[in-house]
Amino acid sequence: MGSPPTSGSTQTRGSASPGKKIALTIYAIIAVIAIATATFFSFSSSSQAGDLRAGLTMIAPAGAGGGWDSFVREQQQAMRLSGVARNAQVVNIPGAGGTIGLARFSTMNGEASTIMATGSAMTGGIELNDSPVGFDDVTLLARMAEDYDVVIAPVDAPYDDIPGLLEAWKDDPSGFRWTGGSAGSLDHQVVARLAQEADIDGKDITYIPKSGGGEAIQTLLSDTTDVASTGYNEVSDQVEAGRVKALGLTAPEPLDGVDVEPMVDQGVDVVMGNWRGMLAAPGITDEEKTELLAMLEETRNSEEWKDALQRNSWTDAWMTGEDFEDFLAEDQKNTAELLEELGL
Amino acid sequence: MLDSLMSLFGGFAEAVTPMNLLWVFVGCLLGTAVGVLPGLGSSMAVALLLPMTFALDPAGALILMSGVYFGGLFGDSTMGILAGTPGQPSAIATSIEGHRMAKAGRAPQALAAAAIGAFIGGIVSAVVVVFFAPALADFATNFGPAEYTALALFAFVATSSVVADSVLKGLSALVLGVGISLVGIDSVSGTERMTFGLPGLFDGISLVTVTVAILALGEVFHIASRIRRTEHLTQTPETGRPFLSRSEFRESMPAWLRGTAIGLPFGVIPVGGADVPTFLSYGLEKRLDRNRRDPQFGRGAIRGIAGPEAAGNATTAMAIGALLALGLPISATAAIMLAALRQFGLQPGPLLFDRAPELVWALLASFFIAMIVLLILNLPLASVWASLMKIPAPHLYAGIAVFCGLGVYATSSSVFDLALLLVIAVLGLVLRRYGVPLAPLMIGMVLGPLAETNFRDALLSSGGSYATFFSSPLSIILYIVLAAALVYTMIGRLRGRRVGDIGGASASADAEAEHAEDQKVS
Repeated sequence: MGSPPTSGSTQTRGSASPGKKIALTIYAIIAVIAIATATFFSFSSSSQAGDLRAGLTMIAPAGAGGGWDSFVREQQQAMRLSGVARNAQVVNIPGAGGTIGLARFSTMNGEASTIMATGSAMTGGIELNDSPVGFDDVTLLARMAEDYDVVIAPVDAPYDDIPGLLEAWKDDPSGFRWTGGSAGSLDHQVVARLAQEADIDGKDITYIPKSGGGEAIQTLLSDTTDVASTGYNEVSDQVEAGRVKALGLTAPEPLDGVDVEPMVDQGVDVVMGNWRGMLAAPGITDEEKTELLAMLEETRNSEEWKDALQRNSWTDAWMTGEDFEDFLAEDQKNTAELLEELGL
Repeated sequence: MLDSLMSLFGGFAEAVTPMNLLWVFVGCLLGTAVGVLPGLGSSMAVALLLPMTFALDPAGALILMSGVYFGGLFGDSTMGILAGTPGQPSAIATSIEGHRMAKAGRAPQALAAAAIGAFIGGIVSAVVVVFFAPALADFATNFGPAEYTALALFAFVATSSVVADSVLKGLSALVLGVGISLVGIDSVSGTERMTFGLPGLFDGISLVTVTVAILALGEVFHIASRIRRTEHLTQTPETGRPFLSRSEFRESMPAWLRGTAIGLPFGVIPVGGADVPTFLSYGLEKRLDRNRRDPQFGRGAIRGIAGPEAAGNATTAMAIGALLALGLPISATAAIMLAALRQFGLQPGPLLFDRAPELVWALLASFFIAMIVLLILNLPLASVWASLMKIPAPHLYAGIAVFCGLGVYATSSSVFDLALLLVIAVLGLVLRRYGVPLAPLMIGMVLGPLAETNFRDALLSSGGSYATFFSSPLSIILYIVLAAALVYTMIGRLRGRRVGDIGGASASADAEAEHAEDQKVS
């Protein structure tokens, strides 16, 4: 149906002679059998454990074009170019802060050839949506990258750093208008952390959620909001172009090539990373887990992945095993606390 | 300005290589083919192509994608016109009159009017992008939530002509649309609204799912329910030459230009892409049509295609300009293009013109080329596409039904969404059966969230003071125009109910025809 010629032939088919009809029927049966067999074998071969590199499927628990989507597609690209997995596929399962993808993934018991992206947004999603499934229902693989939030304000704002901002905020807690990502996102949590630092009650925060850094900047420029908390990589160019000014980063230390001072260096103890990592299906064998980890590590060490980190302003944050488990537990605890503070 | 012109010529030099021309051609063809399938719109086509572009050099990749993008938009309208099953919200307005023309045997003319409209809208906005992108960036910052609220209200009234033919039915469809748009987790408070605790509804019901369900699959069900009762479904005789006659061309010209003018500004303000301007343009054309001596709307008015199609493409081309100049992804497709640009280490935004000028200009030049290729491709093809109408209805609509499911499943890979598709499609069938117009439902879904979010943002921003809605000249102007339009309409009503156009919105004409036939049968 996609192109006119086939549609035309459908029409002639309708008025074909009986003999032709039989031939067509046979042809159709053969085609169906051929496609079905091919599909069956492609499925069964991809679920064979020994051949993870030949048929890896990566789930991005978000729609095309989003943060997880680019994270997974960059990996797919790096895996292909560096030869780790030449034929990796990406599947999008969007919804509810990644918890729809997580719920689906938790049922894929023993399917080692499928891995899924995870990160801060999923920790938040599990907590916000009271998700019945959590990280316990899948296998943890590794944390791979992190990026940081930046607090930005219009160029004519009367403060130039975080302490100055907090002072101004204290003068009029609820009249001070914040913007950033969706309610409960890391951006919103950063605001909650800053409120704690300034002794401002979470209930007094005025926060206007937007779908991304670009929209957040529009609200700053139209004087709808006073200050925004958003991913640095989303707005770095706007900062460099001088359309807005950056007050502080949530990174633990200064970043290479980024001329914004971390908040900790300004005496405000807020360090929060937007981490991204990978999960494996529940019930996979130890050998399969080792193999998947080896693949991720090879990807991480590839030149292509290093380029990807640079391109997306991500910081390498490789962490596996018990360290990763402990980190995740800590992350879940902090997230729960901050969301409580925000009344979500 | 001369600089811009010189840079553009540089861009053409970059873009017009045999290889790139091939890419733009392939892109347009692929895009049109994918766009023709309901539910697989231009954004899907670009997303599917994204991995392929890794293999190309940046210029080639962007050129291929702009071909796919515009091709996809055009394909959407093609199917909407021919089968009455638009696959994307932005093609709805075009298909209302377009499908009527097709049923009257004027499919090639409808397609030609759409193709030329898309061409004019696209070309004009590409020119505007080239010369005025920075000025537009400044213009967009004048728009705060108060202005958007005014704009949304204005759009509600401006598009109300599709509601007005049967006030009660129209309004209930509108309310239904707004209701569907409310489903999901509220972005400000995090409260679940009408989700019934189903995680699949947390992110709301996507506009694409509803469009495909109500308009495409609903239409299929409707046709299926009447397949033994009506005979005219197949073999519509074609009349007239397979191209626009001079009088048709003259007829369409003002609509093309008005549509373009409506579409342009919407490219730089984030109100959900090309959906709102296409409805606005449709509403305007319909309103103007009523005052003419020989109203065409309801019988297949060529202006009802020409206007929205030009508006839609003008917005689209502007939106890509806004993406390049502002880094602001206005539409889903623009968001995917953003991802593609990032693959090449490019960050769209104010610095892109300085950092990678050759690429930006090559892309803009490829807009022009894509438009021209599409026009060349689609004018002669219009009658070929129109021959799709000759496929026996059972085959054609069965195919459409399959692709509806495929399209929805491809974007979400979730069975839940398929179930949702079926449920809403049945709703669509019921609405059609009782002659409830469907366009207001879609308009409610598009404008409802726009009005709601901005209304709340404005109040949050002002600390709860309602005065904020009247605090800027822009919003005051919009309200004055709004009030004037309302008064004008009311005076018109008081002078006695004028005879409107023949059909109502989308379905009511069909329903009337149906009744007549039913009576004949009995």
